[in-house]
Amino acid sequence: MDVIEQELEELETAFQAKVDAEQRIEPKDWMPAKYRQTLIRQMSQHAHSEVVGMLPEGNWLTRAPSLKRKAILMAKIQDEGGHGLYLYSATETLGTSRDEMFEQLHSGKAKYSSIFNYPTLSWADIGAIGWVVDGAAIVNQIALCRCSYGPYARAMIRICKEESFHQRQGYEIMMTMAQGTKEQREMAQDALNRWWWPTLMMFGPNDANSANSAQSMKWKIKRQSNDDLRQKFIDATVPQAEFLKLTIPDDKLAWNDERGHYDFGEIDWDEFKSVVKGNGLCNRERLQARIEAHDGGKWVRDAALAYAAKQKTRNAKAA
Amino acid sequence: MTDKDMLFDYLLRLGDNSLILGQRLAEWCGHAPMLEEDLALTNIGLDLLGQARMFLSYAGEVEGKGRDEDRLAYFRDTKDWRNLLLLEQPNGDFAKTMARQFFFDSFQYLQFEALSNSSDDRLAGIAAKSCKEITYHRRHSSDWMIRLGDGTDESNERMQRAIDELWGYLPEMFEMDAVDDAMVADGIGADVAGLRTKWDAYVNGVLAEATLTRPEDSWSVRGSREGKHSEHLGYILAEMQFLPRAYPDAKW
Repeated sequence: MDVIEQELEELETAFQAKVDAEQRIEPKDWMPAKYRQTLIRQMSQHAHSEVVGMLPEGNWLTRAPSLKRKAILMAKIQDEGGHGLYLYSATETLGTSRDEMFEQLHSGKAKYSSIFNYPTLSWADIGAIGWVVDGAAIVNQIALCRCSYGPYARAMIRICKEESFHQRQGYEIMMTMAQGTKEQREMAQDALNRWWWPTLMMFGPNDANSANSAQSMKWKIKRQSNDDLRQKFIDATVPQAEFLKLTIPDDKLAWNDERGHYDFGEIDWDEFKSVVKGNGLCNRERLQARIEAHDGGKWVRDAALAYAAKQKTRNAKAA
Repeated sequence: MTDKDMLFDYLLRLGDNSLILGQRLAEWCGHAPMLEEDLALTNIGLDLLGQARMFLSYAGEVEGKGRDEDRLAYFRDTKDWRNLLLLEQPNGDFAKTMARQFFFDSFQYLQFEALSNSSDDRLAGIAAKSCKEITYHRRHSSDWMIRLGDGTDESNERMQRAIDELWGYLPEMFEMDAVDDAMVADGIGADVAGLRTKWDAYVNGVLAEATLTRPEDSWSVRGSREGKHSEHLGYILAEMQFLPRAYPDAKW
C-alpha cells in the first residue's frame, strides 16, 4: 500500500467513525467521492422533483373551484418552488451548479420523481396529490431529517414543516369531495384509484432489489429501508381512507395482527419501469415544459447579467 | 343607480382588477424564466388574489343579495366584469407580462395610496394593507423594466415592443365616469384622473432609466366599465369558472 492509499483509507475510516457517531458532515469536511456523488444525484433529483412537481398542480391553479382553494394551491406551489430553490442551493454546497443540474435534467441524465409523469385529470387529483403523494414524501423526508449530510438534513427539517400543511390541505379537499355530491365522490375515488399505486412506487424498489441501499444506509444518507418506509405510509394512510369512506384499490389490503401492520398486494414494477423509461402520460410534456421555460427564459437571464455588468462598470467609473 | 349600487360597482372594479391580473399571473406557474421569478410571480399573484377576495366579499355584502366572493367570481359573465382591459391581455413573453405589471403597479400604488384615506373605513383598510404589498410589486416590476430595457439588444427590443403593444390600454386607467365622480364626491373613491401627473412622472423616470421610448398617444381602447371587453376575457372566465359552472350543486 503506498502512502496516498494509506492516507485515503485513514480518511475513510475517520469519516465513517464520524457518521457512526451521528455527527453531521459539512460541506468543507473531507468525504468519499462516492458519498459526494450519491448525494448530488439524490439531492438534485429531489430538487428537480419539487420543480417538476409544480406543473401537475399548476395545471389546476387557473381552474381551482373557489378563490380560497386557489389561494391555498398557489401558496402550496410557491412553497414547492421554494423547496426546489433551497435544495438546489444545498446541492451546490457539494460543488455542482444549478446550471449543471438543469443541464442534466434537460438532457435526461438526471431524474425527477416519476410520480409527476402522471396527469392531474380532475380537481380531486389536487386533493389526492396533497394527501397521498405529499403524505408519502413526508414519510421519506422525516427519515431524511437525520441524514448525515448537514445541509440536506437541515433542508429537510424546514421542508417537512411546510409539507405537513400541504398534506392537510390535500386531505381536506378529499374530505370535502368525499362528503359532497355523487359526482364529487366519484372524482375522489377515481383520483385515489389512479394515484395509490404510483404513490407506493415513490418509496423505490423492494429492499432485496435496491442496488444503492446498503451503502447509503451505512453512510446514513438513508436512515430507513424502502420497504419499512412504504409500510409506515400504508399503515398511516389506510385509516385515513376509511374515514373518508374511500376504497384503496388493493383487494389484498388487510390488517395483519401478527405483524402489527397492513398486508398489501404486489406492486406492478413493470409499470414503474415503463413510466420511468418514458411511457407515462406526461413524461414528454413535463420535461418539455421545463426545457422551454429554461431555454425560452435565456434572453431574460442574459439581460439581467448584461445589466448587472453595465452597472458594475458605471459604479467603477463613478468611484 | 343608487349610492349602494355605485359602491357595489366601484368595489367590483377594484376586485376584478386584482382577480383577473392574479389569474393571468397564475398561468406562468412553473414556466417562468428562472425559479426566483416563479416564486415572485406566484407571490404577487397571491397578493392580488387576497385583495380580490377582500374587495369581492365586501362588494357582495354591500349588494345585499347573498352573493359571496365565489358567487361573484364564478357566476358572472363577461358583460358584468369591471376589470381594466389592460389586465385581461394575454401574458405574451416575460417582457409583456412585466410591462403590463409595471403600468398597473405604478397606477395601483397611487390609487391605493389615495384610497387608504377613504371615508369608508373598510375600503381604506383594504387599500392600506394592499398598498404595502404593491410597494413591493412596483419595485419588482420597475427593476425588470430597467434590467430588460437596459440589458441586451434583444431584451430592449422585446420590452419596447411590449410597451408599444400595451400603450393604448393605459388611458382607461385614468378615466372617470359617473360612478367615480359620485365616489369622489362622497369621499369614498379616488380621483384617478388626478393621478395621471404623478403616474407620468414615475413612469417617465423608469422608462428613461431603462433607455426605453415612451410611445406616442396614438390609440386608446376603452369600455370595461360598461362591460365591454376584449375577446380574451371570455376565455379567462371559461377556464376559471369551469368547475362551479359544471357542478353548480357542489361545494368545494
